[in-house]
Amino acid sequence: MYNFELVKPSSVADAVSALQGEDAQALGGGQTLLPTMKARLAQMETLVSLSHIDEIKGVCTDDQGRLCVGGGTTHAAAAEALSGYPALASLAARIGDPAVRARGTIGGSLANDDPSACWPAGALGSGATIVAVGSGGSREIAADDFFQGMFTTALDEGEIITEVKFPVPEKAAYEKFLQPASRFPLVAAFVAKFSDGVRVAITGASQDGVFRWTEAEQALSSNFSADAVTGLAAPDGSGMISDLHGSGDYRAHLVRVMTARAVTAAS
Amino acid sequence: MPKDTGIGASSKRREDVRFLTGKGRYTDDINVAGQAHVVFLRSDMAHGRINSIDTADAAAMPGVIRVFTGADFEGVGTIPCGWQVTDRHGEPMQEPPHPILAQGKVRHVGDPYAAVVAETAAQARDAAEAIVADIEELTPVIDMKAALADGAPKVHDDLKNNLCYDWGFVEENKAAVDEAFQNAAHVTTLELVNNRLVANPMEPRVAVGDYAAHDDSSTLYTTSQNPHVIRLLMGAFVLGIPEHKLRVVAPDVGGGFGTKIFHYAEEAFCTFAAKAIQRPVKWTSTRGEAFMSDAHGRDHVSKIELALDADHNFTALRTETYANMGAYLSTFAPSIPTWLHGTLMAGNYKTPLVYVNVKAVFTNTVPVDAYRGAGRPEATFQLERVVDKAARELGVDPVELRRKNFITEFPYQTPVAVEYDTGDYNATMDKLLELIDRDGFEARRKESEARGKLRGLGLNCYIEACGIAPSQLVGQLGARAGLYESATVRVNATGGLVVMTGSHSHGQGHETSFAQVVSDMIGIPEDQVEIVHGDTANTPMGMGTYGSRSLAVGGSAIVKATDKIIAKAKKIAAHLMEASPDDVELKDGAFTVAGTDKSVAWGDVTLAAYVPHNYPLEDIEPGLEETAFYDPNNFTYPSGAYACEVEVDPETGKVDVISFAAADDFGNVVNPMIVEGQVHGGVAQGIGQALLENCAYDENGQLLSASYMDYAMPRAHDVPMIKVDHSCQTPCTHNPLGVKGCGEAGAIGSPPSVVNAVIDALQSAGHDVTHIDMPLTPPRVWAAMNGANATGGGGTAHGRSVGAGDTATH
Repeated sequence: MYNFELVKPSSVADAVSALQGEDAQALGGGQTLLPTMKARLAQMETLVSLSHIDEIKGVCTDDQGRLCVGGGTTHAAAAEALSGYPALASLAARIGDPAVRARGTIGGSLANDDPSACWPAGALGSGATIVAVGSGGSREIAADDFFQGMFTTALDEGEIITEVKFPVPEKAAYEKFLQPASRFPLVAAFVAKFSDGVRVAITGASQDGVFRWTEAEQALSSNFSADAVTGLAAPDGSGMISDLHGSGDYRAHLVRVMTARAVTAAS
Repeated sequence: MPKDTGIGASSKRREDVRFLTGKGRYTDDINVAGQAHVVFLRSDMAHGRINSIDTADAAAMPGVIRVFTGADFEGVGTIPCGWQVTDRHGEPMQEPPHPILAQGKVRHVGDPYAAVVAETAAQARDAAEAIVADIEELTPVIDMKAALADGAPKVHDDLKNNLCYDWGFVEENKAAVDEAFQNAAHVTTLELVNNRLVANPMEPRVAVGDYAAHDDSSTLYTTSQNPHVIRLLMGAFVLGIPEHKLRVVAPDVGGGFGTKIFHYAEEAFCTFAAKAIQRPVKWTSTRGEAFMSDAHGRDHVSKIELALDADHNFTALRTETYANMGAYLSTFAPSIPTWLHGTLMAGNYKTPLVYVNVKAVFTNTVPVDAYRGAGRPEATFQLERVVDKAARELGVDPVELRRKNFITEFPYQTPVAVEYDTGDYNATMDKLLELIDRDGFEARRKESEARGKLRGLGLNCYIEACGIAPSQLVGQLGARAGLYESATVRVNATGGLVVMTGSHSHGQGHETSFAQVVSDMIGIPEDQVEIVHGDTANTPMGMGTYGSRSLAVGGSAIVKATDKIIAKAKKIAAHLMEASPDDVELKDGAFTVAGTDKSVAWGDVTLAAYVPHNYPLEDIEPGLEETAFYDPNNFTYPSGAYACEVEVDPETGKVDVISFAAADDFGNVVNPMIVEGQVHGGVAQGIGQALLENCAYDENGQLLSASYMDYAMPRAHDVPMIKVDHSCQTPCTHNPLGVKGCGEAGAIGSPPSVVNAVIDALQSAGHDVTHIDMPLTPPRVWAAMNGANATGGGGTAHGRSVGAGDTATH
């Protein structure tokens, strides 16, 4: 690990201010960034820890009935507090292991946008709204606009995620197939049935990161059953991640299997 | 009746108290006053020519004491190989030098070519990044068969080619074997891979070199399974330090699994550098370094053919194996695919003719050497897979086919040189069938099918050669060392005693089980016996721990030394009781004279030995300390039968091991609990090899599975509850304890049953899949069922076991 300055602001305003410095980097729970730094694959002047900002921790319900999860909420805390959205609580409760869940945060996960992370599937599958604060103030970004490819989001330089607002669906489930070494999803599907339609978000599979499987959404919106999914062709494998742990074709196949299982679990 | 102490008792492991409470003293816990730290700069390319290394900037960095490159070691020896194999034509193997730091070329990702010694490890790391190396990338050879093609790039420019040796065993049998195949009623053929593994002991390697100017002596603290072997190899062949000026200490070691047997460049570096800079030098491997510098295991590509007559008797067996040596010859590497593999190819069967061909190949990969089982898992896997395939082709029960061909009379001289002393393969098979409720399998299969899962039952036998090894025999086979073991038993005046053993414990529980043996022989409490190991300064010259040898060979040395103690103590007791030594008996810690009520306690005799006021000084010396060396006159031959049931998810290809049973014959057992734990650990590693672990390189020689993000280790939920039975006991006939060894059995015996079970599951659903190469990952199993592409990149396993590719056979 290279040397760096660590600042620990206790308010969002102070954090945003600290992040204006040259080569400053926000630090959530550090579950990705710290191993990267230990391996000397990342070097920065200043780390701005978001772990001491109480105003971005916890879960509340807004006047539209949305569950609003603070960006600094750990996976473990979210799992406990999201009893109003069991599928999302289950997603949070199955990330990594207890040590990861005790430190890692929803904001850190979404901002990092690892193509195999769980939260992006939950956010995109729920049609969540991401609240980001930067030097220009606060803005709301729809999940459909937020994820822009592997490790790429709509966040501007210096912006931090303060809150994620989840509409609560009628039914939902998250089914993941584990990569055996890392235990990240090899492929996972988040399926949510709302009164006005079904959303299906897939993580782990695509070279472009988390995505909505629109063919499945259409099929499920008229017939919310596993059969509606198994009757579809698997998505094209050519754009899928292909590595030691599975070819693009295998991942494409798993997209269909995991989606069907999520539908069954949600039904 | 279970005993509660001594031989046969499940005494609790005394060492676990310190291990489980954080009180262990591992090499990284050792810090010598004034020590500096070294960081190695390792090659990030598989094959390259070193044009220049500029260390000037690095040397000027804060805290840097000295920067070393290969040029600093030109007058120093190279890392030796401990075994010389002679090829089919009577020629010695090709044996390239292995410099401490690369000279001229780098030959694998991870090959160290510079080292920075600094006040702190962080300063050394910073400075290592400032080294400017001009290394011209060369085409690497990764695929073993491609490495042997004409015109292939050479790993070592001074060798004729990349072939280390082409070994035939038994060469004189070759023509007869070929003829038997021509006359066979049926021949079953299988091409398979034994996948490359990374040992991954919990504790990474560490070395601390120290030099004492006042007496010109060196000390090396290291994570080793055999400190005396390191002292001999490093002192005599690398650094030229006589053994009386060199001490090697291997304290608590957190797992070895073979990969800590070998003498490594980092050990020699730290010892050398400590003298060069007159400061202790410490190196602690990172986990990332461990992946690319600890010797890997397995990595065979084989073709095996089994010939049968019309009555299904095995008439001949023929194998051809490509064995990956990696870029350099590690300490035991040449012996693993030959003498620890070819000699076991008969297995449990009376096949009269066997021919084994092994081509050992240099590639631009990490060196490959012994890993738990070492050669014997590779032999067992091939044989037990081909027997299973033969049974399926012939439509006969795999158990009956095995039984029909079992060796049943002992001693049995195999056609591959070794003579099995004892065994009862039908007994372990009977016990296995009792454990697994084979009759109930069809009902369980139906229950699984009702849940949408395919269920399979796989089983296999195994035999291994342990108790390594008879020195004269292995000397004839090319070993450059003896393989006896030693023990010194030092009795103290008040009756407690210390056993100094040449064996080394790195998780096996020797401190408990060796104490049980001695306490049982004398009849004193186990806590009166202390076991000391791991330091060349206070243990007799011994050969260390590997090959399931410690109880069979090291334990036998302890028995011999204790016998000498008892014989002498009886003479002292006879003197004290005014009786003839021949009439004195030792039982429960007391000496008695037959037919009288005379008795003296063990402690009275030991006190007399050191306070010899009333003592036969004219006949015997005072004191009570004896040393014994034990050299076995044969290997030991543990054997057994294993079975497992799996469920395969037909939608994803995921395999779950539902149950596992192991019926072993280890001969006599000293501590059943420790034996069961050894089998549990071995089976977990075997399941890991069969389903999860895959050390994979890409075509450019980059290690794809270079961290736990990509290298899958078995976890608790990957391993079912394991039924373990060792009640079938045919004691070894040639060692005093009648023991055979249990450390490797689980890892040897388990992979074939897992693969056999998966094939059984797929066949039950009508998939005509006869083989899938390990690890049987979900994409590979799914691809085998669907004739699809399993994994991206990395090519196929044809010719190498390290690719990521498609490996099913239809």
